[in-house]
Amino acid sequence: MFDDLLFVLHDRGGMAIVEVRELGKRYGPRVAVDSVSFEVAEGEIFGILGPNGAGKTTTVECVAGLRKPDRGSVSVLGRAPGDVRSAIGVQLQASELPERIRVGEALSLFSSFYPSPADWSSRLGLSGHLKAEFGQLSGGLKQRLSIALALIGSPRVAILDELTTGLDPQARRDTWSVIEEVRSAGVTILLVTHFMEEAERLCDRVAVFRDGRIAALDTPSGLVSRVDGATRVRFVPSASLDVALLQALPEVTEVSSVGSQLVVSGSENLLHAVTSLLARKQIVARQLRVDQVSLDDAYVELTGGSRAEDH
Amino acid sequence: MRKIIEVEARLFVRDRLNSVFALVFPAVLLLGLGAVPALRTPDPQFGGLRFIDSYLSSIVVFTLVFIGLQRLPTVVATYREKGVLRRLSTTPMHPARLLIGQLVVNFGAAILSVLLTIVVAYVVFGVDLPHHPLGLACAVVLGGAGTFALGLVIAALAPTARAAGGWATVVFMLLMFFGGVYLPRFMLPSVIQTIGSYSPPGVEALQQAWLGTAPDWRHLAVMGLVSLVAGAVAARTFRWD
Repeated sequence: MFDDLLFVLHDRGGMAIVEVRELGKRYGPRVAVDSVSFEVAEGEIFGILGPNGAGKTTTVECVAGLRKPDRGSVSVLGRAPGDVRSAIGVQLQASELPERIRVGEALSLFSSFYPSPADWSSRLGLSGHLKAEFGQLSGGLKQRLSIALALIGSPRVAILDELTTGLDPQARRDTWSVIEEVRSAGVTILLVTHFMEEAERLCDRVAVFRDGRIAALDTPSGLVSRVDGATRVRFVPSASLDVALLQALPEVTEVSSVGSQLVVSGSENLLHAVTSLLARKQIVARQLRVDQVSLDDAYVELTGGSRAEDH
Repeated sequence: MRKIIEVEARLFVRDRLNSVFALVFPAVLLLGLGAVPALRTPDPQFGGLRFIDSYLSSIVVFTLVFIGLQRLPTVVATYREKGVLRRLSTTPMHPARLLIGQLVVNFGAAILSVLLTIVVAYVVFGVDLPHHPLGLACAVVLGGAGTFALGLVIAALAPTARAAGGWATVVFMLLMFFGGVYLPRFMLPSVIQTIGSYSPPGVEALQQAWLGTAPDWRHLAVMGLVSLVAGAVAARTFRWD
């Protein structure tokens, strides 16, 4: 029984619970996913980011066993996804329930499909709505029901496709704490999202998709540090300062001036290097501001900028 | 599977307009027509029967085509369009079970409705109980199966739920016409009457089993054939998303 389970140790120590190798999928002439490979370790929250049409949904649909890859392989718990459906919980984009089904009926119907159902309805704030019909639920409640149904089979892996799209900021934050709770229950999560804040807050690692490929795969902070000039320091020097001295610092990648203001871009330790130099020259930095590139900026650069081609 | 049937049955009942139409309307129609004295007086024009006797099979036709073509294809196509079937295919339960649940519930409703019509006809108007109960059961089951299978073909081939509703309504109207629902059959030309005998759900077999001696096996065989062919086409062409 166990010898056909493929155990692969992940480089971060955990076991790879999801393995995608050289995945390719096309719809007619259009290539949706082209040679995508990644592994997700057990207990990880793995984010999938990217613009519309980048192949995110197709990829997770292959992992969920909803679509057959044209090329490559997908395994979940070492098996084909179709063989381990009860171990995978899925929350799909644009997938509804019958209009007139009640929340309680949907929960009991879906729990009848699984050997050991779990009830997340009270933690998701659905207890007060069990008699409500699906068609009358607000967007937020539909989404919460959809999450409850994804988790109802006590899955080992949960695939959540754009779970907070359409939620208001408060509901989004509430959903995030639910996701953290789900993870601490030991569930591995594949999270497709549009929101950088969400990825930054929840994900251990993020794959940025672009044109059907993975443009970058790293921790959120790792992605940020890939961007050149990730830190930017602006100030007005109290006395004139030789720009060449700044440019000579190894941490500095670029210096420009806007009026009397100097803008220095460079790596993470930029601020320390610049202020040390100023101290040595006994120059005071007035109106000092430090900007850190956010995951947002990194994302735009990775998915839109021409530099993304190099990665 | 029991859970699916239970939930589908609740949804059927909750859909008031459809469930009332499917279950109660045929019997109410019979009561309404029977309230007119001329229609419950035997007349040579009706082959020596009363109008309501000759119209019974058309009422059963209405029940079967209403459920099979007004409800079934729309619900199934909506399930696909809204991603309900797709959602189910991520669970260990195959979405085909949901369609089976639909068929069971709709078939059950059709049989209940026909039984109600038989009871009302017998109790209120003294119509004979079906002369050939087994024949009537066969005619209802095979005729219903043929009609439902046509409904499923429409659900399979229509691109959207709206289109499914539209196409099904056209077929619904035609089958009601051939089945003598709009105009009683004795007023229809004999060509139309013959078409009605062979088009689902097979009004002639229903009438013969109820008030004649026995249904014509050829009529029943055609209904069986329609069910098989249309059922196979629906199964072949059905899209889950």
